[in-house]
Amino acid sequence: MKRRKFDKAAVPGNVARGVDDRFQVATPLRRLLNKVFPDHWSFLLGEIALFSFVILLLTGVFLTFFYEPAMTEVVYNGSYAPLRGTPMSAAYASSLDISFDVRGGLIMRQMHHWSALLFMAAIVVHMLRVFFTGAFRKPRETNWIIGSLLFWVGFLAGFTGYSLPDDGLSGTGLRIASAIMLSIPVIGSWVTSSIFGGEFPGTIIISRFYIAHVLLVPGLLLALIGAHLGLVFKQKHTQWPGPGRTNGNVVGERMFPRYAIKQGGFFMVVFGVIALMGGLFQINPIWLFGPYEAWVVSAASQPDWYVMFLDGSTRLMPAWEINIPIGDGYVIPPLFWPTVVLPGILVGLSTLYPFLEARRLKDTRSHNLLQRPRDVPARTGLGAMAVTFFIVLTLSGANDVIADKFQISLNAMTWAGRIGLLVLPPLAYYVTYRICLGLQQHDREVLAHGVETGIIRRLPDGRFEEVHQPLAAADGHGDGHGALPYAGWVVPKKMNRLGALGPAIRGFFYPIEKPAEAPVSPGHPPVEPRPEREEIGSGESRR
Amino acid sequence: MTTHTEHQAQQGREPLDVNTPGLSQFDIVREGARRDDIEIVHYEPQVAPGSKAERRLTRTVASFFLLTGLAATAFLVVYIWWPWEYHAGSGGDKWYTPLLGVTLGVALLGIGFGILTWGKKLLPKEVSIQDRHEGAVASDDRIITGQTMLYMADELGVKRRPLLGISLLAGLAPVGAVAAAPLVGGLISQPHKNNQMFTTGFAPAEGGQKVRLVREDGRPVRPADVSTGGQITVFPGIDHGVSNLHADSPTLLIHLRDSDAQESRRANERVGHGDYMWGNYAAYSKICTHAGCPASLYEQQTNRLLCPCHQSQFLITDNARPIFGPASRRLPQLPIEVDSEGYFVAKSDYTETVGPDFWERP
Ligand code: FES
Repeated sequence: MKRRKFDKAAVPGNVARGVDDRFQVATPLRRLLNKVFPDHWSFLLGEIALFSFVILLLTGVFLTFFYEPAMTEVVYNGSYAPLRGTPMSAAYASSLDISFDVRGGLIMRQMHHWSALLFMAAIVVHMLRVFFTGAFRKPRETNWIIGSLLFWVGFLAGFTGYSLPDDGLSGTGLRIASAIMLSIPVIGSWVTSSIFGGEFPGTIIISRFYIAHVLLVPGLLLALIGAHLGLVFKQKHTQWPGPGRTNGNVVGERMFPRYAIKQGGFFMVVFGVIALMGGLFQINPIWLFGPYEAWVVSAASQPDWYVMFLDGSTRLMPAWEINIPIGDGYVIPPLFWPTVVLPGILVGLSTLYPFLEARRLKDTRSHNLLQRPRDVPARTGLGAMAVTFFIVLTLSGANDVIADKFQISLNAMTWAGRIGLLVLPPLAYYVTYRICLGLQQHDREVLAHGVETGIIRRLPDGRFEEVHQPLAAADGHGDGHGALPYAGWVVPKKMNRLGALGPAIRGFFYPIEKPAEAPVSPGHPPVEPRPEREEIGSGESRR
Repeated sequence: MTTHTEHQAQQGREPLDVNTPGLSQFDIVREGARRDDIEIVHYEPQVAPGSKAERRLTRTVASFFLLTGLAATAFLVVYIWWPWEYHAGSGGDKWYTPLLGVTLGVALLGIGFGILTWGKKLLPKEVSIQDRHEGAVASDDRIITGQTMLYMADELGVKRRPLLGISLLAGLAPVGAVAAAPLVGGLISQPHKNNQMFTTGFAPAEGGQKVRLVREDGRPVRPADVSTGGQITVFPGIDHGVSNLHADSPTLLIHLRDSDAQESRRANERVGHGDYMWGNYAAYSKICTHAGCPASLYEQQTNRLLCPCHQSQFLITDNARPIFGPASRRLPQLPIEVDSEGYFVAKSDYTETVGPDFWERP
């Protein structure tokens, strides 16, 4: 029997036919491979969050093999000498074992913690990007809501995880959480005793938090992330305005291979950075805090950074207790306002923002083009206000440390926080608004008069004037230049942005080959070869 | 070097027959993209094949990958052979985790940068334009879909037979509650059983036996054990009294100086705690009335007790009144005396609710 010659060239076709006969995916698959992604560095922020989540899952699985979610009392007998013989919960003992008696356990623990911090940070920065560029507008409101939910669910994941080691610091956090639940009017004590199974701390809270932390919350996160990405995929990315870019198209690269490869590489970079941090930077050294004991606490006990703003708001809240003199008397403790009401308002305001803005502007159109923050001063101002509010609270969450390090009175720090919280946000709004207007004006000036060249010329009558390089061609009469309309994207303001210097030559120690070609994309129109040196005039003289 | 830069009008374009002989692979790819409403406007290799630049980039990518191999091997070597078990002091085991981090980090970064360089520098650059087709769904389609849905609802006939709908809702609501009941019912726990919110370990035992104040190690405390101006944390001398099972019981026993004690006693009388102190000794709950942290930073000079969690400050000589920060309630005072054997005991349980505030606190 003669073997047929193997036809290499036919392989892709045959495989494709084989698969398609069974699943009919050729067209959708091609669509997927061909999907066009616009690219901008700031789009990577969301991906950092996604990648850290993947790393959280990976390292988290490792930790579950060694962690024991139980509050039964054991006497520690591991290799960390200073705590040997100390009675503690099984949860804390197993956390110590992960740190000292499991090969590579400490780096996993630290990578888990660092990626959690990075996850939350990336979510926040990503949200700021989306907010300031108006990417949340119709049709993407749903995704904005899912995104802000992701922050709060991530918050929950972080908090439940923070409590699991049952060390001195996390126990204190848990105690405060129980007090927060207690402070809710009417149902507070029922909520607390139901969650803790009786009085704080009880014996089951750790196992409950464990199941929430490894199953329920991650499940919810996965579902939300899935929906989030699905919508991004369906609605396609937003893009910055630019030549050829309209509200009705997407300009960029097809997903495969270059875009996808870049994503893969970037994932590895994020992973690598987290590995470095996990190895080099100590975080949450629980063995220094000791087991949780209700009567021990140390100064400077701070939560993770994304909880710090609530700690700050709690510290700044004056001792206003509301008494309701009915029957035996009821009370709303001051703790209720900064820890239950404030987050409630924040969730509400941030989730509803797209609708509030659309309503104020009576805007029902779909937007796929991004806006530069300077072009929407009111929103940018509001954002700056929110950021300032958050920063004041976060700093107040560490006001004892600041007071200690800088030798400031602690009480003064609290008062500074209280006053700052009221005064600084409106100030930030005003300043930001003004800066936006100023930047807008400068853009318009450049469009009308051209780029400053730095060349001073003396006129025949003795006056000096700076020569501007106009952006628009001279009109037919040879004098004056029509002001260009503002197109919603970057206005070149430096001569080298106009190609006056010629493209840079690549190479680190020595130039490689001929000068590289200028980048070509709609965002950066092709640069013409450097013109022969000649006097750069105001335009008239060059003609 | 092939450069494709052209833009054709898409409207009314005849689909290309991909079986035409002589079509290049790129032609077919471009045709595929066009069928997905994608126009590849610009497609250009970044480096000329065989050029110096290409060889140089290839070398860079390759060395990144080789670096990864080296670092990953180093990781394994460290992981297996480096002394990793904890020893007190500053032995080699302290380097275990940092070394793992560096080797793993470098290995991953190597792949990352390698892939990035490959993708960014070696692959051709392109600019494609894809139409969004938003709102371009034929409005006919929307109408048809809408009507289909309405029609489906009509088919059910609930509009004509409202009883069906109402009874269905009435029937389903309890079913939903049934689904939630086991979860909520299983978790719910009555907060006031055994009066747990209002008692601590200092409540006298059945026979009226008064509870001793003990230290962390369980030894009872005599007045002479606390020096003037000093303070110690005490616990109820009962089973598990020194454990988190009695998280509300830790108490601060303070030996005040004479003048402070007099001031304190006057303040206590004002709030009806005239006989709560014993001599110059006073005992206050250590559990902050704000959020329950142990308030434990005592400043002898000012007699202020600072809670490190949110910086509430309590003036001990004024019956632990909160004088700064978010706490709004005094720290409860424990009435104390000394028993016949000379040890401190609690005269009774706390007479105020200990710990953070809640709605029904009387
Ligand atoms: S717990 Fe003491 S100040 Fe908040």
